[in-house]
Amino acid sequence: MNRPLKRSNAPIFWGLFGAGGMLAALLGPMLIFITGIAVPLGLLLPRSAMNYAAMLAFARHPLGKGFIFIVIALFLWHAAHRLFHSLHDIGIHGGTLAKLLTYGLAAAGTVIAAGALLATGF
Amino acid sequence: MTEQIIRMEVMRYRPEQDEAPWLQSFDVPYSDDMSVLQGLNYIKDELDESLSFRWSCRMAICGSCGMMVDGVPKLACKTFLRDYPGTVRVEALHHFPIERDLVVVLDDFMEKLERIQPYIIPRQEQALSEGEYLQTPTQLERYAQFSSCINCLLCYAACPQYGLDSSFLGPGAIALLHRYNMDSRDGASEQRMELVAAEEGVFHCTAVGYCSEVCPKHVDPANAVNLNKTRAAGDYFLRFAKPKGRCQ
Ligand code: FES
Repeated sequence: MNRPLKRSNAPIFWGLFGAGGMLAALLGPMLIFITGIAVPLGLLLPRSAMNYAAMLAFARHPLGKGFIFIVIALFLWHAAHRLFHSLHDIGIHGGTLAKLLTYGLAAAGTVIAAGALLATGF
Repeated sequence: MTEQIIRMEVMRYRPEQDEAPWLQSFDVPYSDDMSVLQGLNYIKDELDESLSFRWSCRMAICGSCGMMVDGVPKLACKTFLRDYPGTVRVEALHHFPIERDLVVVLDDFMEKLERIQPYIIPRQEQALSEGEYLQTPTQLERYAQFSSCINCLLCYAACPQYGLDSSFLGPGAIALLHRYNMDSRDGASEQRMELVAAEEGVFHCTAVGYCSEVCPKHVDPANAVNLNKTRAAGDYFLRFAKPKGRCQ
């Protein structure tokens, strides 16, 4: 501990992790229920609720865009942080490679999501 | 009280003759009121005087008798032989280099302890004539829990992150740091923030919480660490917004 102290950049990743975790806990089960169970089986919600036209309209609305982007990006950052630390816990201290495979993928996913949402048009 | 026999498997490591730590078995007569520490003292007095271990107060105050009892970090004086029918395994605290038998090397923790500045650094030095630094019961309550730490290091033996990378400041030191930060008489939390927010600081922690589970004084170091994650994150993002220097 004698070397000069270096400020950790962890707050960025920890913040994204925390935000993603909170969102996943609040919205995750509900989203799985709606998209994976309720709509496909026609339970409570009509099957047409998620047809192409409806989803396109949703993705074109600024609020819909924001929702989709935040859910995808923050869930990814949450997962990346969790995986990175779990790798460390089980003895894989991959350094840069582990960072690339976790945070790198989350960053790529974030960019792709943003690009796709923009390409969908308004 | 009936006397029974317990087999104590005790870790031995004598650097001048042992290549690695090993377990030596002793049959120890015990009664229901005997602690693991008393068992060790029986071994030292009656069976093998070369056994080395630390102890002093025998009442969970001095923090010197931390060891692994059946794989769990415990104070030997606060752990009773009656709870381990048949056999009990006593080993040196995990995650520390072993000096001899059950005695571990504490240098790393001592250095960390020094670095957190574990003393009150007054916001404004007060002349003697001005009297004591007063504190209300509510102000006392804010740090009282964290002041119960006896530096026994059970939390370090419990912390998987310290085990993986001992550059981590660790639960005990952070709990104590938090104790001084929370003290209304202290004004040095910004100085200590450098350490909290550093790479060696709070973000090593992955919120396992075992440190708080094993703490014999109910300090809850995990809580201190996680409160300081929030403080460090706030400091990280808001540090540019804070006024610099002193007003003249
Ligand atoms: S001997 Fe003092 S804490 Fe156990």
